[in-house]
Amino acid sequence: MSTAAVHSLWTTAADPIAKIEAPKIEYGQLAPTLIVAGAALIGVLVEAFVPRKSRYYAQVFVSVVALCAAFAAVVGLAAGGYGTTRAHVAAMGAVAVDGPALFLQGTILLAGLVGLFTFAERRLDPAAHGNRVDSFAAQASAVPGSDTEKAAVRAGFTTTEVFPLLLFAVAGMLVFTSANDLLTLFVALEVFSLPLYLLCALARRRRLMSQEAAVKYFLLGAFASAFTLFGIALLYGYAGSVSYGTIAQVVEGKVSTVDPALANTTGNDVLLLIGAAMVVMGLLFKVGAVPFHMWTPDVYQGAPTPVTGFMAAATKVAAFGALLRLLYVVLPGLRWDWRPVMWGVAILTMVVGAIVAITQTDIKRLLAYSSIAHAGFILAGVIATSKDGVSSVLFYLAAYSFVTVGAFAVVTLVRDAGGEATHLSRWAGLGRRSPLVAAVFAVFLLAFAGIPLTSGFAGKFAVFKAAAEGGAAPLVVVGVLASAVAAFFYIRVIVLMFFNEPRPEGPTVAVPSPLTVTAIGIGVVVTIALGVAPQYFLDLADQAAVFVR
Amino acid sequence: MSFPLLTTTAVLPAVGAVATAAVPAGRRTAAKWLALLVSLATFFLAVAVAVRYDPDGARYQLTESHAWISAFGVRYQLGVDGIGVALIALTALLIPFVILAGWHDADPLETGSRRWRPTQGFFALILAVEAMVIISFEATDVFLFYIFFEAMLIPMYFLIGGFGDRAHEHGEETAAAQRSYAAVKFLLYNLAGGLIMLAAVIGLYVVAGTFSLTEIAQARADGSLSMATSTERWLFLGFFFAFAVKAPLWPLHTWLPGAMGEATAPVAVLITAVVDKVGTFAMLRFCLQLFPEASRWATPVILVLALISILYGALLAVAQRDIKRLVAYASISHFGFIILGIFAMTSQGQSGATLYMVNHGISTAALLLVAGFLISRRGSRLIADYGGVQKVAPVLAGTFLIGGLATLSLPGLAPFVSEFLVLVGTFTRHPVIGVLATLGIVLAALYTLVLYQRTMTGPVRPEVTAMPDLRVRELVVVTPLIVLLVFLGVYPKPVADIVNPAVQQTMSDVHTTDPRPEVEAAK
Repeated sequence: MSTAAVHSLWTTAADPIAKIEAPKIEYGQLAPTLIVAGAALIGVLVEAFVPRKSRYYAQVFVSVVALCAAFAAVVGLAAGGYGTTRAHVAAMGAVAVDGPALFLQGTILLAGLVGLFTFAERRLDPAAHGNRVDSFAAQASAVPGSDTEKAAVRAGFTTTEVFPLLLFAVAGMLVFTSANDLLTLFVALEVFSLPLYLLCALARRRRLMSQEAAVKYFLLGAFASAFTLFGIALLYGYAGSVSYGTIAQVVEGKVSTVDPALANTTGNDVLLLIGAAMVVMGLLFKVGAVPFHMWTPDVYQGAPTPVTGFMAAATKVAAFGALLRLLYVVLPGLRWDWRPVMWGVAILTMVVGAIVAITQTDIKRLLAYSSIAHAGFILAGVIATSKDGVSSVLFYLAAYSFVTVGAFAVVTLVRDAGGEATHLSRWAGLGRRSPLVAAVFAVFLLAFAGIPLTSGFAGKFAVFKAAAEGGAAPLVVVGVLASAVAAFFYIRVIVLMFFNEPRPEGPTVAVPSPLTVTAIGIGVVVTIALGVAPQYFLDLADQAAVFVR
Repeated sequence: MSFPLLTTTAVLPAVGAVATAAVPAGRRTAAKWLALLVSLATFFLAVAVAVRYDPDGARYQLTESHAWISAFGVRYQLGVDGIGVALIALTALLIPFVILAGWHDADPLETGSRRWRPTQGFFALILAVEAMVIISFEATDVFLFYIFFEAMLIPMYFLIGGFGDRAHEHGEETAAAQRSYAAVKFLLYNLAGGLIMLAAVIGLYVVAGTFSLTEIAQARADGSLSMATSTERWLFLGFFFAFAVKAPLWPLHTWLPGAMGEATAPVAVLITAVVDKVGTFAMLRFCLQLFPEASRWATPVILVLALISILYGALLAVAQRDIKRLVAYASISHFGFIILGIFAMTSQGQSGATLYMVNHGISTAALLLVAGFLISRRGSRLIADYGGVQKVAPVLAGTFLIGGLATLSLPGLAPFVSEFLVLVGTFTRHPVIGVLATLGIVLAALYTLVLYQRTMTGPVRPEVTAMPDLRVRELVVVTPLIVLLVFLGVYPKPVADIVNPAVQQTMSDVHTTDPRPEVEAAK
């Protein structure tokens, strides 16, 4: 017996390996995400192998290069027509490469870059034990005020792990806006949420508050994730697929093939409604819409201010991107069901955000409630269910994210002996002491309030116009009334800064390094440019406003 | 393409504002002179606009039109009619006097850092307001108008809240608190009005598909754009609410006395003589043209509100103890007359209302600026703190009297002509309202003369014995205004000629003609 024949007694020839199709991945089109994720991994290695002295510079360098390269890749893809004519679904149906995805990825990358500058700021506090310090704790796991912590500070432990964390979060967000199936959506959600939970806990000052914020954010975020996951399971049961395109087809009643195992559930509207509601709930949590907004003020207040700024801007962009895609690509067939609900959510969000903000006495909490109100305004654009609705939301998000990062960067500058002086009463008379900083902050506040000639007005006008054209006129009326209420508390801060006498022991404005100056400068320039001459960006958003399916 | 005169007129003060703000902290006087020169140059440009404007020509002249935000259907579109020309001229005329009168109002106190430059800020803000007001008078695109209508609130707000009278009976701390309260109230009222208008602006776009005033008015006139009655009424109300807050019309007037009382006299002039005119101007230009049917529908209510404004403002002016608040309530009464004239829907009424806007600007400026000089001397706004000033400072008292007489519309001074026209125009259509409105004149005589009597006549109070008379700078401010009041009182033709054709146009927009004179046939 030949060896081959003996061999065949207990083995059987398998199909040749070549028959298994290797997944086809369009690396070029996924380049933005891959670059950022790769740089994050490099950042982890840098953390492990680069000596402590040069670690900070290496991390900043890697991060800046990665974000710039990724942004260049986004621009390249857009220039190559992937935002419009060549838009398609890449990576075996998992990731969409289309206008909204590229526009929002570009926005997230720029917001991330500006946020990174505030992360890297090390001149605001005096050096401790000969080491420059930033906003982050040297050893986050140490009990606040304990000997371990003091030892860590004395030893000069670096805090450079924040840079890879930021990059991981950005990478997750990039996927989140472009996810084209529910599992990718969920993975991306976790990839960007986990680094953010961590970052929230890293404040160097007010450690307890920071840790509390992180725990709250984590617990509530975990709940929201669980809801999302449950919803995804139900939607899978409904459609027999997690792919956006397939679900959309089933929703529209075009079932092609029914998996026999799911014969009983496919096309069952109960599953669809509950599943869709749960997934949307998870996204609304990330957006910070009422009634899923409870975490926002605490987390915004407790997190280190650079993290708050980054989170407020980029998370909102990513989450609205995912929400738009879900509602416009997967659930357009269901819009008669979700529109009334979203009407309610939008009205509640605008009204609660604007009214509760009035009673706030802490600048970070105030901005948190303001971000809730803004989420409501953006939802008004989402509800329009039109191309104008999409483009207005894209524009609003871009405008809003730069104002937000800039505003929080200003907050990091106003300091007293205990760190940042975030209590509003401490800001009295700031305009007398530092007219320039106060004027810049006033510009941001006016943009939040939607005063003409700032980007806030152009954005607000765009979403309200889209909503009115989409038949949501009452929503517009509620929106302008909420804006009037919101204007009150923005104005109150301006009054404090300019018309009140400075306190004798009031806070001082730290002289920042060029990093923060750049972050704030970019914020101001974009705010005014988008207010005075928004045409180019409106066109860009308009071209980008078509989803691929 | 011809020279963009309208743009230049608006851009010059804007550039001047930036330049003034950039003057280094140590060079305060240079900043003042720069602002004054810019405002004078703007005045000459405004004169050029008036000269180039041909009253018998096209409705909108000196037009400019450029693409701006095409995604919103917005064009940068300017053009003036006679009403616009008159108000631009008024604005550009008053600003140099405002700047001169406020010469020392913003000299810095000891507090504040090295970089705190209140003087530069004060004059830069005045110029910024001027630029925005002028462009609102020029805009023929609803969106463009709206942007500057809203944006001008911000510099105005800083002018009211940031600068006040030096001396205050309750000390600086209270004064600052009251000032910022007044400023916030001003801003919130106007912002709320503006935001409601925003909803209407968006609604108008949804209905009309464009923001161009000329296109919409054209489409309305030839019937190619029809609006449902209820839509038109809602949109009209949205626009009118914003303008009524700005004007201000009772019961939306409550921000004005506070703002004018707490602001310095030149800023108070800026509020009532310049910025508020945008409200009444916009009623004529936007409410009547865009929503003619709804305007006629709302007329009865608006006339009653205007009448209440006239009488209520005048009555409260009688009861005031504070000079500036008295003038503020008097202004509310006068704005009642202006709105009455606009919505009387007669050509006399509307011509009178437009003339009234100009004349009220000049007369109030004269009265308030002299009052400001008086207040700066004594350090009190209370009428009771004065007495016998005419013996000590006769020129001051004399100019104050002339300003006051103009306010009560004495024949021979400019406001008389316009008030008379408004009353005639109202009477021909609404006799009862016309008769009741004349009561406003009686009350005006009361509050002005009592004000003069209490402050200027009687025994000289010890605090005012050392009061100096008007200085050269102050005379330079007051004399031209008084000359102008007398001149336009005797010979109002130049302004009337510019205004009348535009008024006729507006009348035809609302499809109204003057009622025929009816003489009862003799039996």
